Amino acid sequence: MGALLKCENVSLGYEGDVVTKNINFTVSSGDYLCIVGENGSGKSTLIKALLGLKPQLSGNIEFCGGMAKNEIGYLPQQTLVQRDFPASVREIVLSGCMNRCGLRPFYNKDEKKLAHDMMRRLDIEPLTKRCYRELSGGQQQRVLLARALCAARKMILLDEPVTGLDPKAANEMYELIDSLNKKDGITVIMVSHDMNAAVRYASHILHVGRKQLFFGTKDDYLTSKTGQAFLTVMGGDENE
Amino acid sequence: MSNIFETLHFYFQYPYVRYAMIVGLLIALCSSLLGVTLVMKRFSFIGDGLSHVAFGAMAVATITGITNNMLIIMPITIISAVLLLRTGHNTKIKGDAAIAMISVGALALGYMLMNLAARSGSGHTTSNVTADVCSTLFGSTSILTLSITDVWICVAMSIVVVSVFLIFYNKIFAVTFDENFAKATGVRSDMYNLLIAVVIAVIIVIAMNFVGSLLISALIIFPALSAMRVFKSFRSVIICSVIISLICAGAGIIISILAGTPVGATIVIADIVVFFTFCLASFVLKRGK
Repeated sequence: MGALLKCENVSLGYEGDVVTKNINFTVSSGDYLCIVGENGSGKSTLIKALLGLKPQLSGNIEFCGGMAKNEIGYLPQQTLVQRDFPASVREIVLSGCMNRCGLRPFYNKDEKKLAHDMMRRLDIEPLTKRCYRELSGGQQQRVLLARALCAARKMILLDEPVTGLDPKAANEMYELIDSLNKKDGITVIMVSHDMNAAVRYASHILHVGRKQLFFGTKDDYLTSKTGQAFLTVMGGDENE
Repeated sequence: MSNIFETLHFYFQYPYVRYAMIVGLLIALCSSLLGVTLVMKRFSFIGDGLSHVAFGAMAVATITGITNNMLIIMPITIISAVLLLRTGHNTKIKGDAAIAMISVGALALGYMLMNLAARSGSGHTTSNVTADVCSTLFGSTSILTLSITDVWICVAMSIVVVSVFLIFYNKIFAVTFDENFAKATGVRSDMYNLLIAVVIAVIIVIAMNFVGSLLISALIIFPALSAMRVFKSFRSVIICSVIISLICAGAGIIISILAGTPVGATIVIADIVVFFTFCLASFVLKRGK
């Protein structure tokens, strides 16, 4: 499997304040990478850098294997504004096709079909005409995931995808992401607090702190010192 | 009843009344288009802030004695709009605070300049400053003194605003709903934010003569808020707010002609009435489910 994304010696921060440095990792096609770390360890800064929203202080972020910079489907954390936004599910999913339009002002047939296919894939077809703000948290996440899939077919980046969901909805979300990864061959990068889910589903783990603490396969992580130490702390918390 | 129609028929024989109606409806159309975007982006007050900036700019224009004061008002307002919409992220003063600051500052500066100008100009302080200021803030009767050129300018501006909105409709939706996502997937959201800012500034400057700078926010925000109460998709909300805005402007103008009330205030009160009607409607609809 070819590499899609390479980070070499990346350091991140705000105006000279280095948050985290020496980040080195590779994401290959079909991987399920989970990025873990404590609060303030630079996870969200790393996401912004990967998405090109914020330049890195130094180092290289390289897309290869036919991936272009703007071809990551992004599932952001929900903002307050979105929770009561007057828009139908269809309008939101379609807006994921925006980057295919270029200067063309309206969506064409293919894009509408793509949006429809994605809604069907994520089982939200019956909700098409419903208003976004009236959906449950889990349904809203599915809508945003469908939008992300419209934007990119190869790689999706999920930022804390189960925040605010009840355990059942969270579980369904994880299963859905897992099946997108296994069945549809979509490369997944997920940022998560939830260590249990990370070690259950991910194929690779990236652990960031002030610098990169670990990168490798899940099995190596479970036997590494960093992993064991972190799992006892975080894993214990999550089970409470 | 027939009496009312006769009175209206009588008034509409005058071209200036017809012009006022045309301009009023066009302004109502334009101002309602971006209402939803502003409400959702938490920029409801930008109309207020910018109209005060335009008021300040007008004072400056009056003092310098430039014949066409649009030359000063338009660029200053557009620049302020761009600066205000940029404060959303990574600045020390946050959006709402920045708007409050600029709004009050421009208002004070404008009033001060008008006062000083009146004093030095006529030699005594009992000039008509208060009336001038009042008509700038609350809309004047100048809507009834429009020339055919003014009408054509307004028509042209409206065509530009409406076509920009239609062409960029999907992009405006994407940027309003989720700016970060749009940016991450390669939509140039900074450019569209800039576009939104410029369009808003243009609408405000056009609308200033009509309802006055204090009431512009109402014209922009009320139809959107009313529509959002009842409708569930972005498109239906926008179409509905345009219709509400047109009806309120039309009704407001007719009532103000018949009852002799101030135009701007009448339209805004019509908007308020519709808003409460829609609140009630949404309440009843929810209950009915």
